[in-house]
Amino acid sequence: MTQAPAPARRPFRWHIPVLLAPAVLVYSAIMILPLFGTLQLSLFRNVEGVRTFVGLANFQTLFGDARWSASFWNALWNNTWFFIIHMVVQNPIGVALAALLSSPRLRFAAFYRTAIFIPTILSFVIVGFVWKLILSPLWGVAPNLLDLVGLKSLFTPWLGKEEYALTTLGLISVWQFVGIPMMLIYAALLSIPDEVIEAAELDGVTGWSQFWKIKLPLILPSIGIISILTFVGNFNAFDLIYSAQGALAGPNYSTDILGTFLYRTFFGFQLQSGDPYMGSTIASMMFVIILAGVCVYLFAVQTRLRRYQF
Amino acid sequence: MSRATSSLPRSAAAHAILILYTIIALFPVLVVVMNSFKARNAIFRAPLMPPTTTTFDTVGYTTVMAQGDFLLYFGNSLTVTVVSLFLVLLFGAMAAFALSEYRFRGNTLTGLYLALGIMIPIRLGTVAILQLMVASGLVNTLTALILVYTAQGLPLAIFILSEFMRTVSDDLKNAGRIDGLSEYRIFFRLVLPLVRPAMATVAVFTMIPIWNDLWFPLILAPSESTKTVTLGAQIFLGQFVTNWNAVLAALSLAILPVLVLYFIFSRQLIRGITSGAVK
Repeated sequence: MTQAPAPARRPFRWHIPVLLAPAVLVYSAIMILPLFGTLQLSLFRNVEGVRTFVGLANFQTLFGDARWSASFWNALWNNTWFFIIHMVVQNPIGVALAALLSSPRLRFAAFYRTAIFIPTILSFVIVGFVWKLILSPLWGVAPNLLDLVGLKSLFTPWLGKEEYALTTLGLISVWQFVGIPMMLIYAALLSIPDEVIEAAELDGVTGWSQFWKIKLPLILPSIGIISILTFVGNFNAFDLIYSAQGALAGPNYSTDILGTFLYRTFFGFQLQSGDPYMGSTIASMMFVIILAGVCVYLFAVQTRLRRYQF
Repeated sequence: MSRATSSLPRSAAAHAILILYTIIALFPVLVVVMNSFKARNAIFRAPLMPPTTTTFDTVGYTTVMAQGDFLLYFGNSLTVTVVSLFLVLLFGAMAAFALSEYRFRGNTLTGLYLALGIMIPIRLGTVAILQLMVASGLVNTLTALILVYTAQGLPLAIFILSEFMRTVSDDLKNAGRIDGLSEYRIFFRLVLPLVRPAMATVAVFTMIPIWNDLWFPLILAPSESTKTVTLGAQIFLGQFVTNWNAVLAALSLAILPVLVLYFIFSRQLIRGITSGAVK
């Protein structure tokens, strides 16, 4: 970074470290150091009460041992499916809602925006319980509703069936979080200058084709950011599954994702006692997966997105 | 102005879709709140009917009030959220300004280092964080939670804010410099007011996960005096799982303060977003 030759030695710019220090210190002490501490723990094992360095043996167990690897691949696949549901349901709905909301002179826009964002502000505990109650065959809200449209025969206890439980939870999560893509895209759409829109209208580009040809390319960077945030959020998810299905992620582990798998390994469940070392190993694998996803985004996606400066 | 952008059938369709989705978003919450005011029989016999004079009953609320100390939990959650939010916004904006404004050796590296936290969930470091808090005697204090949430919120805040700060005009800052403002004053007086819309956005995205977090209160501060609302509600719901009146009342009580907070805050957020667009 050689700039124009400095005329004289510039005085040290103290304000730079002063401005950076609080954030860097808190972040390093509470986040980065413990994170590396955990990565380091994955290389150790408890041998007769003594912490012993075992190299990559924990990873060998995770992938080599039939029981461990079955759990791991199950959790990883479930997690991937969870992510796919968000990408194909949550984000398109979010973009569509934002597009509708940003249409000019739409009345009650503030009301819709406020109402649709409400589920996002509720905690997983509330959301998990509310939906558990609503979908419960004991209470009968869901069957009653289906009865209204004559589809009562379709009702099954979705959260209790292996083949439906994970998809149901994914959709519950979509219901909760659709407000986030909606708000981000909405803000991006509002920031498109009127001149661009007016120019498009003068050229006769209106309505749908205006959205596809003018607005969508301009908000692509926002969609990219939303996608990677969704990816990280999903592969780190835990609370909803834990609140709705418990640490065992039932029925029969069909809703087990990496977060719940980590929790069970880490803190133990039922008869198995917790193992911080295997827990750290799983945490390290999650770290690798998330890192890989982020690298794909940064190097393959983001560099190809054109940004427009107004 | 532009007549081409709106037509009656199109806006009717837009309203229809938005109303439908609003119902989907609000229905579950409404059902729970409605039924929390009904007697047990009515909850099961007609779950979709609002409470009437014959079915009205607040037995659920009396059970909840007799059991948990929700006011204390609420105060704890509020303290943790507000303090962490303030620290995230202040420290985040300071760092974002330093990174977006100055060219110095290690700028890109520092930026990347701070951005790591966007992709790496802080939860992966939980054991070591717990060890750290035990060593420093911060277990079962709200300070522990505030520290963790500040660290958790900073990376995204810095990332978003520095994107926005790059758009603040250089001429304005240089004019300030020529007028003899110090770099700190340029930051606090010129740049901060201009990125307020971005700050509102960051605030919402920072606040929600802090308020709703279950994991760290459970691990770092589970004692009775430091429980947050989320943890308190989770434990209560677990204990009263078969008492439908109490569960519905507890859920309604947990929803209500968040809604109030949100309504106060959303006006600010929306003003922020729109004023940013008008600029």
